[in-house]
Amino acid sequence: MDITTLSNDLKHMIPELILALGAMSAVLAGAFMGAKSSKWISYFCVLLLLAAGYSAVRCAPLEPVEIFRSSLIIDNFGGFAKLIIALTSAAAVLLSIDYLTERKIDKPEYPVLAVLAVLGMYIMASAHDLIAIYMGVELQSLALYVLASYARDSAKSTEAGLKYFVLGALSSGILLYGASLIYGFTGSVNFTNIGNSALNNPSVGLTFGMVFVLSGLAFKMSVAPFHMWTPDVYEGSPTPSTAFFAAAPKMAAAILLARFCFDAFGDVPNLWKDIIAIMAVLSMFVGAIFALQQTNVKRLFAYSSIANMGYALVAIAAGREHGVTALLLFVSIYAISSVGLFGVLLSMRDNEGKALEKLSDFSGLSRQRPMLAVALTVLLFSIAGIPPLAGFFGKFEVFIAAVNGQVVPLALVLVIASVISAFYYLRIIKIVWFDEAKKSIAGGLATTRFSVAGTTLVLAALTPFIGLLYAAAKLGGNFIK
Amino acid sequence: MDNLPILSSIIWLPVIDAVAILAFAGFNKNNPERASGFAKIQALIVTILTLLLSIKMVPDFDVSNPAMQFQENIPWYGMVHYALGVDGISYLFVLLTAFLMPLCIIASWKSIDKRVVEYFAAFLLLESLMIGVFCATDLVLFYVYFEAGLIPMYLIIGIWGGKNRVYAAYKFFLYTLLGSLFMLVAVAYMAVTAKTTFIPDLHKFAFDPAIQNLLWLAFFASFAVKMPMWPVHTWLPDAHVEAPTAGSVILAGVLLKMGGYGFLRISVPMLPFASDYFAPLVFVLSIIAIIYTSLVAFRQTDIKKLIAYSSVAHMGFVTMGIFALNAAGVQGAVFQMLSHGIISSALFLCVGVIYDRMHSREIAFYGGLVNRMPFYAAVFMLFTLGNVGLPGTSGFIGEVLSLQGAFLVDRITAIFAASGVILSAVYMLTLYRKVMFGPITNPKLADISDMSLREIAIFMPLVIGALILGFMPSLVLDGTNSAALNLVNQFHAAFR
Repeated sequence: MDITTLSNDLKHMIPELILALGAMSAVLAGAFMGAKSSKWISYFCVLLLLAAGYSAVRCAPLEPVEIFRSSLIIDNFGGFAKLIIALTSAAAVLLSIDYLTERKIDKPEYPVLAVLAVLGMYIMASAHDLIAIYMGVELQSLALYVLASYARDSAKSTEAGLKYFVLGALSSGILLYGASLIYGFTGSVNFTNIGNSALNNPSVGLTFGMVFVLSGLAFKMSVAPFHMWTPDVYEGSPTPSTAFFAAAPKMAAAILLARFCFDAFGDVPNLWKDIIAIMAVLSMFVGAIFALQQTNVKRLFAYSSIANMGYALVAIAAGREHGVTALLLFVSIYAISSVGLFGVLLSMRDNEGKALEKLSDFSGLSRQRPMLAVALTVLLFSIAGIPPLAGFFGKFEVFIAAVNGQVVPLALVLVIASVISAFYYLRIIKIVWFDEAKKSIAGGLATTRFSVAGTTLVLAALTPFIGLLYAAAKLGGNFIK
Repeated sequence: MDNLPILSSIIWLPVIDAVAILAFAGFNKNNPERASGFAKIQALIVTILTLLLSIKMVPDFDVSNPAMQFQENIPWYGMVHYALGVDGISYLFVLLTAFLMPLCIIASWKSIDKRVVEYFAAFLLLESLMIGVFCATDLVLFYVYFEAGLIPMYLIIGIWGGKNRVYAAYKFFLYTLLGSLFMLVAVAYMAVTAKTTFIPDLHKFAFDPAIQNLLWLAFFASFAVKMPMWPVHTWLPDAHVEAPTAGSVILAGVLLKMGGYGFLRISVPMLPFASDYFAPLVFVLSIIAIIYTSLVAFRQTDIKKLIAYSSVAHMGFVTMGIFALNAAGVQGAVFQMLSHGIISSALFLCVGVIYDRMHSREIAFYGGLVNRMPFYAAVFMLFTLGNVGLPGTSGFIGEVLSLQGAFLVDRITAIFAASGVILSAVYMLTLYRKVMFGPITNPKLADISDMSLREIAIFMPLVIGALILGFMPSLVLDGTNSAALNLVNQFHAAFR
């Protein structure tokens, strides 16, 4: 590779370079300035993420560009995803500041790890060969394992981190095994070449490899039947980490899954369509039904995220031509609302500053913290898909995609799962508005409040301006070869 | 002022006011009295202003024109437009909503004592969303308004309702949501096949007859729940009993009409073959609703529940009229909805009057009220007779027209349905006798007071409305005539 190609390719990697160089300088700064600096490093990392998101949009070319010998692809699809990943991660890092300071575990590493995880997600969002997939997934996951066990004096957090790591390593192994099978049967790691082989000389080995890779990715996306880790990790991890897990990695994994299905196996949809459809149905039901009996809000949101990823899979099952826009729109709205929801959860503190995580703790919120109650209500109705809130438009686009892609039965399953899910979202709203207060709620600290207000306002403002997001998603959706 | 988009102003004015009173309450946290006083006055002013604005459209409204008028159209996203417009039928419902809202606000003046600001804000939001349903000429926008009304109504029942409010609120929400989501799939399908969501364009689009039945059933799932038709009516009595008085008024007066409006606006004109195919089914369900729920109403011990069941019976006439698919039937259905909007609202308000005094809705609790409350007894009499469908009240016109419409199509149906008129006399007059006549046996009623000026002010417009519509139905029928004829012609054109 000569120097001009290299510099040409690097030009498309500006967002990744910002993240990588920024993370390294943040580590150095943290080492020199000591633990006191963690707040400033957090703010610096938020800026880094925003800069990376902005440049991801700025650098996205009109036509897709393949760089580094076609191992990465830079296009609007990835650009859109990267923007949402950056925004939701920035919000999650903002949310972490108060929480970590209050528990005296504020170290400069926390935001840096988040930035590194985002770097991994950026690579996932641009991956165009199997090596890039693995590299992105691993960079992301290793950072996430540490974030999960960040409260190292807490048994639950350590357990969550360990569980996440062991199961995550297993799934990475599965993914790698599948990748090696695919390489063995096609002789290439590149998506374009794999796609050609799948079309022209299909083989059982290739199909096997594809199934293994799909399973690995499904684990990262936490869809049933690979969802077992999700509730435990969500519950055990420090809440800011959960807020982080719930949004950006979901987006990255969904994008990667879409790329793998559409880019590598786009011409042979019959190979993966049924698998995706089955996983979608399972996730929708597991997510909807198991959430009903949860009393811990974090576990409940874990199941709700499983259900929502099931909805996202419906969009993927609708196929390359129809599903992409819906996928982008749905997952991005979901990611924004789930960061908001965890923001509300982080604001739920009793008078000693202890976190309130039980469902019953929400009782009387509307009396004591009316603004927080309104924010929570808006977020919940949105995630339940009730118009006029943004979540509705995400769901509606998924319906449109399902009709277009001729997978209407999946849409009907989605209807039933939505009604079941609506029940537990309504239950939270009921506890917030209808029940009498049991505990006094102190409310969140300044930065947390700011983030909650920010995400809620963004979500509420999305309704009249849904056209902007839709147009962006549409642009991102134009990646048919 | 003339360039002001009038429909948008009617829709958005209450929303803006809701935000204003919430903000005012936020700035006056230490003075809740002041905030709630402000909320009441503001809500009243704005609902009256909305009413005036919607009346202001009357001179400009061309009754001979069956097309959408006062149209507005702004691209929203994708193929969806923020498109508004009214024809004779929908304009009538806009007027009805705007007419009932100030009465609801006055009715809630004293009976709501907790979270006053939020209550009036929720009502204002609800008004916007209801008017939006009737004005929307884009299918997705229609759905957005149709479904969004669930949020304020869920909160109104759940926060300000009676003992069993939580159960009723859930039942209301989940029932309606399940129906609506099936409708959403159908909306998605229509949008994809017709490549437009503009309702007048969809009216012209001929959907594949093979798929029409499925689409029709999906819409039916939603509208039948909303109407409500037997057997999916069971959420209504619960919701009515638990909702605060004004909530019941809005539920009976406007929300139920959305189902019938949906049939008229979407099912019949867009899916003519399916509407024709399923008309017998609707007839059967309507007859069951009329006869069965009338009998159920007769056995009720709770006044509100009795009126709720009578609503289901009266909505049976509406569905029968619509699916008679002729001019008389459609005109009758529209008229019946309007008349029921006035009469049942008034009946729920009547219950509210004695409930505010005694906090009981049991029929057995009362008796002999006429001795202490002569004025109240007179008002209640008028609306009882209106509900029975006595000539001279608006109830008569609607029932006769829809029966006439059904008679032209299917005599047996009409004969069965006509028995509903008698049955309604049975349960309503029994109710009246038990509550009003006889000696006062319950000592608690000894010093019950007659209606206050505020209450008289609420009932006067309703009394006038019910009588005027009864004596001069042409006021309404002329307005809806061209739209109804157009609908019927469109329907029959599909078969040629």
